[in-house]
Amino acid sequence: MTQLASADKKKRATKAKPAAMKSLEVEGHEPTVGKVFTENPKMTMRNVNVYYDDKQAIHDVSIDIAKNEVIAMIGPSGCGKSTFLRSLNRMNDTVDICRVEGEICMDGENLYAPKLDVVELRARVGMVFQKPNPFPKSIYENVAYGPKIHGLADTRVDLDEIVENSLRKASLWEEVKERLHQAGTGLSGGQQQRLCIARAIAVSPEVILMDEPCSALDPIATAKIEELIEELSENFTIAIVTHSMQQAARVSHRTAYFHLGRLIEVNPTEQVFTMPQHQLTEAYITGRFG
Amino acid sequence: MQATNILILILGLGVLAFFLGRGRSLALAKPLGGIRKLHSLPSYYGMHVALWCALPSLFLLCMWMLFDDPLINRLVLDSVAAEIAPKDTASYNLLINKISNLADGILPRKGESAALIAAADHLVSLRVISRWSLTALLLTLSSLGLLWGWSRISASFRARPVVEKVMQNILLGCACLAIFTTLGIVLSVLFESIQFFRSVPIFDFVFGLEWSPQTAIREDQVGSSGSFGAVPLFVGTLLVSAVAMVVAVPVGLMSAIYLAEYASRSVRTYAKPALEILAGIPTVVYGFFAALTVAPFLRDLGASFGLSVSSESALAAGGVMGVMIIPFISSLADDVITAVPQSMRDGSLAMGATKSETVRRVIIPAALPGIVGGVMLAISRAIGETMIVVMAAGMAAKLTANPLESVTTVTVQIVTLLTGDQEFDSPKTLAAFALGLMLFTVTLLLNIFALHIVKKYREQYD
Repeated sequence: MTQLASADKKKRATKAKPAAMKSLEVEGHEPTVGKVFTENPKMTMRNVNVYYDDKQAIHDVSIDIAKNEVIAMIGPSGCGKSTFLRSLNRMNDTVDICRVEGEICMDGENLYAPKLDVVELRARVGMVFQKPNPFPKSIYENVAYGPKIHGLADTRVDLDEIVENSLRKASLWEEVKERLHQAGTGLSGGQQQRLCIARAIAVSPEVILMDEPCSALDPIATAKIEELIEELSENFTIAIVTHSMQQAARVSHRTAYFHLGRLIEVNPTEQVFTMPQHQLTEAYITGRFG
Repeated sequence: MQATNILILILGLGVLAFFLGRGRSLALAKPLGGIRKLHSLPSYYGMHVALWCALPSLFLLCMWMLFDDPLINRLVLDSVAAEIAPKDTASYNLLINKISNLADGILPRKGESAALIAAADHLVSLRVISRWSLTALLLTLSSLGLLWGWSRISASFRARPVVEKVMQNILLGCACLAIFTTLGIVLSVLFESIQFFRSVPIFDFVFGLEWSPQTAIREDQVGSSGSFGAVPLFVGTLLVSAVAMVVAVPVGLMSAIYLAEYASRSVRTYAKPALEILAGIPTVVYGFFAALTVAPFLRDLGASFGLSVSSESALAAGGVMGVMIIPFISSLADDVITAVPQSMRDGSLAMGATKSETVRRVIIPAALPGIVGGVMLAISRAIGETMIVVMAAGMAAKLTANPLESVTTVTVQIVTLLTGDQEFDSPKTLAAFALGLMLFTVTLLLNIFALHIVKKYREQYD
């Protein structure tokens, strides 16, 4: 129901503003500064508004995410970066009171079109959450979960191969190959998070969304995940929400700065952290608030 | 004075003591520069005096109530004239009753012997003395307690730890009371059972295949030697409970899943209380519903298929019992399903699983130990359920696994053994205690098992 409703809303919204590309300047809001659009976009977002009931969480955000880039989203708490991220794989559908307006496309296909299959979308756009959330199953079953429900493996051998490959890509294989059939919840926090990453890449998504993937981890586990993100960016497009500016600086190619539900600045990461274009960005990265 | 009046008086004195103690501590605090100079808050001083005033008196009152009747009775009987003096325990009790009834004016005094009238008068005078001495004693004790507590108050007196300690002990006492009551019930059932097992061997009872508790009253009576094999009863109980579970578990579980995972908030607000109304229907109503509506319906339905269904079938009783248990299972399952962290659902949905796949593959497995625990509790409820089976299941102890036939259950037999006038030393009556003990053991084991599973489940996500 909510999906249809939000899709309808979206239609009306796009009708109202057909030439969204032309200008980012909307009533009472200065435009996003910096390199917002890219030449080879994987995902394009235009004039996205997200509401929780009457409260608007995202104001008119437009941005492109390029193929195989790592884009970091930073900003103070409550600025809407997680909400924005969750609207990219329609996880906001699970929140009854949430509705999304505007246009979010992947490879030119509107994600909020009524006939779009959410199941297929979420197989193409994987997600890793803030707190490691392995299922209370064995390590093997955790990784095999996605391939099983999407029918990616015809035989047990295929499945074994997918599981091994995914665990290798998540650089967890060496640590768990001896105990694949033990509970995933028995791993350490960092290992659990890498298990969740392995679970996400087991269905070969095109985009991986990461919502503060390291916030519950210690520095060593964090370093491992960051290393992993760098390796994964060869094959996947990654959008990562983070509270740590150092992390954004270390792993991302571009950085987007959100402030009170608005997208203030998007620029190559080095530029954001050395000479930010917008005074709010500068204030945030120099630690004047946040 | 009546015991209730005395009680009210003591409590009144306690309240007075509280305010006196509090007032004194406040008065002490004033010249010292406020209540911060006191060791404890003024209310603790008040509480301290109140406890000193009321607790010893209440304790004495309880003891007095426990022991004054036997003591007075003994005194009266020691003084009665020799011609009516009792010879054994039975006549002793009889005599005491008679004298006490005479004293209370329940029996008319006309026509009784002078010795009895004298004893009754003696009893009345002893009771009056007892009451007044009790009142005097309690008032003195309370006043002394009040004075003692009051005199101990000083700025450095540590009233708070004392009050805390006493409070803790009062709470402990209440907890012990509940435990000792349970223990008392278990022990009384146990002793009666042991008496039963003296006349019927325990092996015959636990493994015997025939149940007909009619015993001969005269030696020469035919065909009523009585046999006490509990197996048919337990088979009947298990059969009815199994039918109940077949109805309750799927329906309860699925409605729980619907309520927890699918229902919108507004549906949930109305549907959940509506389901819980089922739990509020008295079992006796379920009972006649089963006996008068469901059982005849099943019999007619069976007849139209050419099946012979007994008009008191296990199916009818079990089915209605299942309906009764649905809210029990659904609310327990609803709790454990809601307790599965949202991150599990998010994780599964983000993998592209549909809602039903998420429920089937992640939520149910994660909640399974809790659900099993709930089902176990429901089973022990079904086994102990009485009213529905008394009305809807049969009386004849038949050893069968066919739910279309009539069976009887342990609880039904206990009811039939104990209703009406019974002699309490025949094996027929004592059998009820043995059945009760066995039933208690079974449900206790099930409960322990269920609690164990539920406990294990709690450690799941951390």
